Amino acid sequence: MAAPNKRVLKEFSDCSTNPPPGCKVSLVDEANFKEWNVLIDGPANSPYAGGRFKVNFVLPDDYPFKPPVVTFKTKIYHCNVTNDATGSVCIAMLKPDAWKPASMCKQVIEAIRGLLIVPNVDDPLELEIATQYKENRVEFDKKAKEWTKKYRA
Amino acid sequence: MESEDDFNSARSTDDEMMDDVESGYSDDDFDDLEIGEEEGFDAHDKITATQKQSYEVEFKVWTPKDIDEAQLRLINEVKDVLGQSPEATAILLRYSRWNREKLIEQYMDNQAAVLEGAGLGESNSTEARVQTLTGFTCDICCDDTSPMTTFAIKCGHRFCIDCYKTYVNAKVTDEAEAARIKCPADQCNRIVDNKSMELLVPDNLTDRYHELLVRTYVDDLENLKWCPAPNCEFAIQCKVKAKELKKVVPTVHCDCGHDFCFGCAYNDHLPAPCDLVKKWVKKCEDDSETANWISANTKECPKCASTIEKNGGCNHMTCRKCKHEFCWMCMGVWSEHGTSWYNCNRFEEKSGTEARDAQAKSRQSLERYLHYYNRYANHEQSAKLDKDIYVKTEKKMTQLQNHAQLSWIEVQFLDSASKALQRCRQTLKWTYAFAFYLERNNLTEIFEDNQKDLEMAVENLSELFEKPTDQLEKMKVEMMDKTAYCNKRRIILLNDTADNLRKSRHAFWSNDLGA
Ligand SMILES: [Zn+2]
Ligand SMILES: [Zn+2]
Ligand SMILES: [Zn+2]
Ligand SMILES: [Zn+2]
Repeated sequence: MAAPNKRVLKEFSDCSTNPPPGCKVSLVDEANFKEWNVLIDGPANSPYAGGRFKVNFVLPDDYPFKPPVVTFKTKIYHCNVTNDATGSVCIAMLKPDAWKPASMCKQVIEAIRGLLIVPNVDDPLELEIATQYKENRVEFDKKAKEWTKKYRA
Repeated sequence: MESEDDFNSARSTDDEMMDDVESGYSDDDFDDLEIGEEEGFDAHDKITATQKQSYEVEFKVWTPKDIDEAQLRLINEVKDVLGQSPEATAILLRYSRWNREKLIEQYMDNQAAVLEGAGLGESNSTEARVQTLTGFTCDICCDDTSPMTTFAIKCGHRFCIDCYKTYVNAKVTDEAEAARIKCPADQCNRIVDNKSMELLVPDNLTDRYHELLVRTYVDDLENLKWCPAPNCEFAIQCKVKAKELKKVVPTVHCDCGHDFCFGCAYNDHLPAPCDLVKKWVKKCEDDSETANWISANTKECPKCASTIEKNGGCNHMTCRKCKHEFCWMCMGVWSEHGTSWYNCNRFEEKSGTEARDAQAKSRQSLERYLHYYNRYANHEQSAKLDKDIYVKTEKKMTQLQNHAQLSWIEVQFLDSASKALQRCRQTLKWTYAFAFYLERNNLTEIFEDNQKDLEMAVENLSELFEKPTDQLEKMKVEMMDKTAYCNKRRIILLNDTADNLRKSRHAFWSNDLGA
């Protein structure tokens, strides 16, 4: 295994000792600093409150010149997360034209937490969920709460 | 019905550009692009100056050199107006997508906003790009070696020069970016200027970098597109805009020999408009299994049932065994083709009473699709077979040329005939996709007649192609006549459909059912 570079080490120690509120960062495998296990508590003012979501961060070999690959390991009813086995997330700052080598994983974690509070309905991965969010909030909240309870990490 | 509304609204919003389309394209139309009319385009001007058919659109072919020169000329003109350096002017022009008028207007209006937007904003930092510092930590690699060579553009976000280089190289190599690479700092929109790029890009990438810079010029302009042929370096300029594509099929001809649609970059698909082509291609992909059995190269003679193989492009078949003559496409008796009984191209709708229940309807809709797909696929296949025969014949003709007194000029008629066959079958092929979506109205019959006439002309020429080589010379005049007739029928069909499209006289089904 390649030695972890200074940047990755620094970011990990910062995120694990001083994580964003309601989050916990650890390594999937103690020997590999490039795969993170991020636990995010559902924000209080959202239908995800009381839930806990496991999110996987994989830092590619050319990190930080390429963005981390982020996937939800816990099923979530959310228009910016694919409702499949992969659990891909769509976040503006991870797009190639927005990600900068000076951008940090911590900001990504914060952005994901922000998405749990306010989803980005204009750029959805799950169109139906986005439409429901806009047109039938009551139904959406109900379903999101249901899933949150059912799949809690 | 939702689809109806779509169609009607498209009609009304397009009205404003009707005049534009109908008046054709005058040379002035190209002025806004700042092409030096006086230099470089003489050859093309001659081509486009010839009498234009109503289905043809005006276009120009640009070489890489033309593109380079046009950019430089524009930069030089605009830099004096703005009072900026050539580097800054290039960034500003790329920012405004090479729209000179818009840039100058906005610049005069709010200079600071334009500079900020282009990534050239007022900056209090005047420090040099490259600096060797002590006690510096790079935020990208977290290295704090002292002293360290660092780099920053005007925004002042400073990183170690190695990280800066790695960053821009990855952008150039992996993302084909050149003109709009931003500072590596998070959220900073300042664009890495040309001079800095020259400094950062390694020698082995400078060619690629310049190529990409040139490409942005073409990519940014709606009326300029790259020729999609592999390895072709030319770009085509054409005035037809995306919103006009329901009314025009802008087929252009690149100097490399490739005919393609300026609207969708697909191979020449006259007379079908782009959106129908897209729908049709998708449908054929989805239904490829249903349609597979059709493309078989062998069928049974409808009279004696002996197996018949199709070797040439011509669809006039004669059974070797019983001598029965029939049409490969509809399997009908050939003698009826070319008479008023000819009905091979038309799909006969069964009367409503027969197709009352859902199953019958779905069967009829499948039959209808297969009718058009069959003919579409067949012309594609026949074009290939025509070509195979031509290649073989050409070989034989070359031998004849060496032995006998046939000159190069004398065998050119074969080449013209082959080209006409290819082009006409290409057109015929797309007339079937066109017809599949065509809603029947009083113009449909004229269209079908034109289609039939072109089809007969093509089959008659194709038939001559299958004659033994030693008879070809005798048939020279006949072949030349038939070639000219094919080309004429194609132009008639295309002009007619183009006129009707332009005037929205055709209506198309928005679904696949044709009902
Ligand atoms: Zn660095
Ligand atoms: Zn910056
Ligand atoms: Zn070309
Ligand atoms: Zn097209």
